[in-house]
Amino acid sequence: MSMVKLRVNGATHELNVDPSTPLLYVLRNDLDLRGPRFGCGLGQCSVCTVIMGGAAIRSCITPVSAVRGEVTTLEGLSKNGKLHPLQEAWIEEQAAQCGYCQNGQIMTAKALLDRNPHPSDSEIREAMDGALCRCMTFYRVQAAIRRAARGTKVTGEGK
Amino acid sequence: MSNPMELPPELESDFGGFNQTSRRSFLAGSGAIAITLSLGTLPGAQAFAQAPLAAAGPYPDPDFLKLDTWIVIHPDNTATFYVGKTDGGQGTGTAFRQMMSDELDIAYDKTRLIMGRTDVTPDQGGSGGSTSVERDGRPMRRVAAEARRVLLELGSTHLAAPAELLAVANGTISLKSNPDRKVTYAELIGGKRFNIALTGQNVNLTTGKAAVKPVTDLRVVGQSHKRYDIPPKVDGSMRWAVDMKLPRMVHARNVRPPLAGATLQAIDEASVRDVPGFIRVVRRGNYVAVICEREEQAIRAARQLKAQWLRPEVAPFPASSELFDYMRRATPTSTSEPRVEGDPDAAFKGAAHIIEAEYEVPFQGHSSIGPAHALADPSDGQMTIYTNDMKAYSHRTGVAKFLGMPREKVRVVYMDGPQVYGRTAADDAGFEAAFLANELGRPVRMQWMRDEEAGWDTKGPAHVFKLRGGLDDRGKLVALEYDACSADYNHLWYNEPETVLIAQLMGIRPAKPAKGSVETPTTVYAIPNQRTTTRIVGLPLIWETPLRTGNLRDPNGPQVTFAYESFIDELAVAAKADAIQFRLDMLEQAKEDNVFRKSRSLAVVRAAANSYGWDTRPSPKPRVAEVHDKVVSGRGVAYTYRGNTIVAVIAEVEVNRETGRVWAKRLVCAHDCGLVINPETLHHTVECGMLHGLSRALWEEVQFDTEKVTSINWASYPSLRHSDTPETIDIMLVNGDPNPDRPDLAPYGAGECSHKPLIAAIANAIYDATGVRLRRAPFRSERVLTALKLGSGAA
Repeated sequence: MSMVKLRVNGATHELNVDPSTPLLYVLRNDLDLRGPRFGCGLGQCSVCTVIMGGAAIRSCITPVSAVRGEVTTLEGLSKNGKLHPLQEAWIEEQAAQCGYCQNGQIMTAKALLDRNPHPSDSEIREAMDGALCRCMTFYRVQAAIRRAARGTKVTGEGK
Repeated sequence: MSNPMELPPELESDFGGFNQTSRRSFLAGSGAIAITLSLGTLPGAQAFAQAPLAAAGPYPDPDFLKLDTWIVIHPDNTATFYVGKTDGGQGTGTAFRQMMSDELDIAYDKTRLIMGRTDVTPDQGGSGGSTSVERDGRPMRRVAAEARRVLLELGSTHLAAPAELLAVANGTISLKSNPDRKVTYAELIGGKRFNIALTGQNVNLTTGKAAVKPVTDLRVVGQSHKRYDIPPKVDGSMRWAVDMKLPRMVHARNVRPPLAGATLQAIDEASVRDVPGFIRVVRRGNYVAVICEREEQAIRAARQLKAQWLRPEVAPFPASSELFDYMRRATPTSTSEPRVEGDPDAAFKGAAHIIEAEYEVPFQGHSSIGPAHALADPSDGQMTIYTNDMKAYSHRTGVAKFLGMPREKVRVVYMDGPQVYGRTAADDAGFEAAFLANELGRPVRMQWMRDEEAGWDTKGPAHVFKLRGGLDDRGKLVALEYDACSADYNHLWYNEPETVLIAQLMGIRPAKPAKGSVETPTTVYAIPNQRTTTRIVGLPLIWETPLRTGNLRDPNGPQVTFAYESFIDELAVAAKADAIQFRLDMLEQAKEDNVFRKSRSLAVVRAAANSYGWDTRPSPKPRVAEVHDKVVSGRGVAYTYRGNTIVAVIAEVEVNRETGRVWAKRLVCAHDCGLVINPETLHHTVECGMLHGLSRALWEEVQFDTEKVTSINWASYPSLRHSDTPETIDIMLVNGDPNPDRPDLAPYGAGECSHKPLIAAIANAIYDATGVRLRRAPFRSERVLTALKLGSGAA
């Protein structure tokens, strides 16, 4: 065990944990966050995705000791009580069945739109391909991403 | 916590904003009469308990014959509905609220719903078989109608006017002649009991004196209300079963036999004593779990534990590459009596053309996106299990039996979780958590790992089919033989204390293994002469095996429909007939039944064809210009029904002849499930059901060697991805009822039907595109490529 300093969703935390602990368990069990969830522990499914340094990373295979800079989780997307345009698009499109994987869908989409605000359909498919869903919500998830991307054009939000 | 048996306060708020113990007292007629509740700004309001604490546990069954069990009217003129169901993500919770709001005459957004909590919701069995709306929605509608009747009676007294002079809307009763003279439901009964007895021999038959409204009077039903559970699922605020935490909670992980059927010889506990936070290794027979203070510690201990396992003397199963040959040779564990219609032997003798084909479907898994998990709390001599198990009620009964506890001391709290399309490992994980919690005397959180979920969850059974058909000289199907073989021996039912995985590994066995099931096709085609035979086979290892079979979304439907609707397509090809016209001709000749399957089937098949823009021609598609093209395209149809719901799917595929990749570019579905409660939610369920079927058509196959399952993660058990998603999905909600506006039009189940014909539709489309018939699912690139090279498709 050793002291680890983490900056998550704008707040700084100091925790006494084994530095090899995957970030996922620290976020869930020490910081009580519910967005990132366990799916495979192998970096294969994206259910645990968080954003670090602008990139969508798999928190289940990232030791806390490897965390650099700010970590943003699903909970950190909304600002001042207002949902992120992606989250609003998700509600508009009703883009979930069970919803368990949707953290990975939304966070992967966020990283995509942050670097490419107006992706083509094939760019969406490619960027999202590692975000698995066993309810098979892909069609609506893609529609929600397109909707959010259209929104950013008009309102300039979602940066 | 002041009382260990209370749910944590935050959870109480998640579950409806007030204290559930007082809810039990309320139902029992003791404790606080008035339940105060502020729904605030629904949905998602965080209202807190204001009711006094009452004694926790035992947990008697809520009485479904009391109106108060189902509905509470609150002082702020809102209502809470209590139903014995769960929602695996198809929006059934939203549908229940719509149906009950409509009958109660209260605005949808003034209601909330509590599901699947065995201590406060009536036992409707949880979910399964696409019955939530079709079967379980009926008593919900009737009890809500009864509540409205009682309220109208009270309002009549209050307003001193006969009921027929009163109007009811939005939870308010008023004089038709003078709407200012009015009284709200809350003013009549808010926070108080109805004290009304219901009748009915079982929960499905529960009814009051009131009749439900005619369909033509329904106003909330039929609207596309947004699902109430989606906002908290996209902002991270929902508390899932996987999020439950309790004080003193510890983390458990299982250690499974590395080889199927292995016997545990010894455990070296010293091998994990150095793991920080290590608490205990628990062993019973071949069941092993480690428990640690923290989650990552439990994972490490489970990996680090040294154990000696003895390899079984007999190989537990053939390798998956040998499975179908094994199944063909195996002595059946049971065989059905042949079912014969007409005189198939004579018809085959007279047939102008006879064709035969065999089809194979491997084991396919639930492979939930979130591996199985549960939290069990043994505090105060009771047992509470927090789980996403879709059958919360049998989970409670099963765990109680397994632990030797009275049912009244056990409760199950259903919470949202990853998809549950049948008998998942959620059953197993709950039993394991409860057993370990009982052993340790502390709350235990059990979480399966990915390899466990993929390797040890229950599987949909592998099938081998043989079909034979005879056409007359005009291309009419005059004889059909269907033979199905399913590797379904010792099929697991739900939450059985003798067959859950922990029980098996402990050496517990029921009196005899379950027989299993194998099904015959569901169609209404008129085929004059038929013979149907079915048999079930078992693999050598039937206990403690990772190849356990259990219900997986319409348990045998996708497999049977693949064989049957592929073969119908092959017959159409042999008859040089158009695939849709061939089917329509047989439907036209069919007999009508009590739910109008003939009329509705014709309407559905025609609607699919019209929407697709189907041009009448035989398969395969004539290839002229594209004969040398790398990518060829084609279309395929499949039609079936599930229960009373009828479906036809047309797939347009592109096949890459160099790589073997199949892409379903467009899916068209016509779907008739009778009365539609929520069109948008239904659309989504139909759409995702189709894509789940597409995943089983293109990717899903549990592979194994002769010792263990080798499909243990998303690389070795691939599943549909974003890149596989169709470009276009068109869904037509059809109402083919001969009297579509009838006041008693019923809703039928929609959770599985659209999933059923996909493998067949894709196989038929691949044939149309390439002229090559694929008779072995799934149609992964390498198999398609091999078939294209062989040209025959016997791969």
